Amino acid sequence: MHATLPAHRPSLTGFLPVWRRNFLVWRKLALPSILGNLADPLIYMLGLGYGLGAMLPSVDGQPYVAFLAAGTVCASTMNAATFEALYSAFSRMHVQKTWDAILNTPLGLADVVAGELFWAATKSLFSGAAILVVITAMGLTNGPLMLWALPAIVLTGLAFAALGLIWNALAPSYDFFMYYFTLFITPMTLISGVFFPTDQLPAWLAAIGGWLPLAQGVALVRPLLAGQMPADALMHIMALLATTGVAFAIALHLTRRRLLK
Amino acid sequence: MAALDVRNLRKAYGDQEVVAGLSFAVNSGTCFGLLGPNGAGKTTTLRLCLGLTAPAGGDITLNGHAIPAAAQLARARVGVVPQFDNLDPDFTCAENLLVFGRYFGMADSDIRRHIPQLLDFAGLAGKADARIATLSGGMKRRLTLARALINDPDIVFLDEPTTGLDPQARHLIWDRLKQLKSAGKTLILTTHFMDEAERLCDTLIVIDHGRKIAEGSPRALIAEYIEPQVVEVFDEARGQLTPFVERHRLLCERVETSGETAFFYCRDPRPLLAALAEAEGLRYVHRASNLEDVFIKLTGRELRD
Repeated sequence: MHATLPAHRPSLTGFLPVWRRNFLVWRKLALPSILGNLADPLIYMLGLGYGLGAMLPSVDGQPYVAFLAAGTVCASTMNAATFEALYSAFSRMHVQKTWDAILNTPLGLADVVAGELFWAATKSLFSGAAILVVITAMGLTNGPLMLWALPAIVLTGLAFAALGLIWNALAPSYDFFMYYFTLFITPMTLISGVFFPTDQLPAWLAAIGGWLPLAQGVALVRPLLAGQMPADALMHIMALLATTGVAFAIALHLTRRRLLK
Repeated sequence: MAALDVRNLRKAYGDQEVVAGLSFAVNSGTCFGLLGPNGAGKTTTLRLCLGLTAPAGGDITLNGHAIPAAAQLARARVGVVPQFDNLDPDFTCAENLLVFGRYFGMADSDIRRHIPQLLDFAGLAGKADARIATLSGGMKRRLTLARALINDPDIVFLDEPTTGLDPQARHLIWDRLKQLKSAGKTLILTTHFMDEAERLCDTLIVIDHGRKIAEGSPRALIAEYIEPQVVEVFDEARGQLTPFVERHRLLCERVETSGETAFFYCRDPRPLLAALAEAEGLRYVHRASNLEDVFIKLTGRELRD
């Protein structure tokens, strides 16, 4: 029927057609998706930021709403990547069997899972960047250094995408994801410096929080939005990259055990 | 060269051996059938041949490539129609083909050039922009077939390609599969429909409990295992069948009773037909034996779930 195909070689770009498939679906629903991702965190940020902020003099040397804005960027990044790696990836893997269809082509499972990882990180970038635009328009950021928050968002998104894909590989049904939020995401949000500085916490709890990936993201994004270089930036970057690498390897192993048994 | 060569293939889940030393070869340009009752190991065998699961033992060569070691390379020249449709519900027909072609590393312009002829081949001309939810079951199946052809494969695997389709839709699929074979493609299919296997397959194997129990062309298998004529006798008035079978059992080579029906397998059915003409309360059908008779003889009449 038609001519030759380029000879296939397993490559580092195998994830790209998987990423593009998800992007094409997203593009059809882009506007409601962006608005949906934007509305909820902004309502919280404005409500708490101005409502609660009116009662607070300043937090860590900045107005509370600006402090909270940085936390909101990171929490939204985390949520966007997590939702994509849990609910959306599970739909494609388990319900629609999209992954099965892809595995009948020259692509392998590593390409599929990497495609989902990068796609979830992309969704988190859309989400984090949209909030960044709004808070910049509101004058809650300070100077061009804040543009470096974009790569920090990507790193945070990658880490949470990889972590979510582990849970996805283990999930028998959508209900299983509730535990992930209740046991991991929600407590982490409260001890990672999103809503208040972690020095308000007992020292041991603050220490645990400091190790979690959300805190790493906050430690990078908050100073950048305030126009300062983050302290220990390299350490936080390495921590996020390491989380991504290790979690991705575990997710791939578990997914292989699930689908290719 | 064999399109697919399988030697002494084994696969177990726990202590259950689902593929237990299976060997067969598929010649290029032929249609090969993999038949067997539910749970016989058909789908597992297909997954093993595609490199989607690792065998416990044995050798597989698909299109010249060792499986699973070079499975990704081999799959570049293979198309798959899975048992359950997994089309992308968010996309139109044309988008489904576009996105799938990208998985093979094809350029968009190359894929787009072939979409119209593939849709045409699948009887879906004019449906390029239709959403998947608006398609009938037969249309979805045909689109899945078109999708499996996006890379112009040498070998097409079809796992129960017509299950759940109405007769019109089945005939259209059969017609297309014959066209593909004429175009030189190798077809490897599993099916529960013996008429489908009889029409399409050049050779087939019957497997049960992961083992090959018969192999040959449909016609050769019928000649080897089954008497050429079958008379099916149905009880209409209750209680007439058993005495009739007892009395006339020796008029045929073999008789099987299943519920209210007796199957007489004969070389010469004339004496039996004469007896039936005089019997009361019985209805009958006289036909040539077929692949289904072979299948039932080999795998038994009891239900498999």
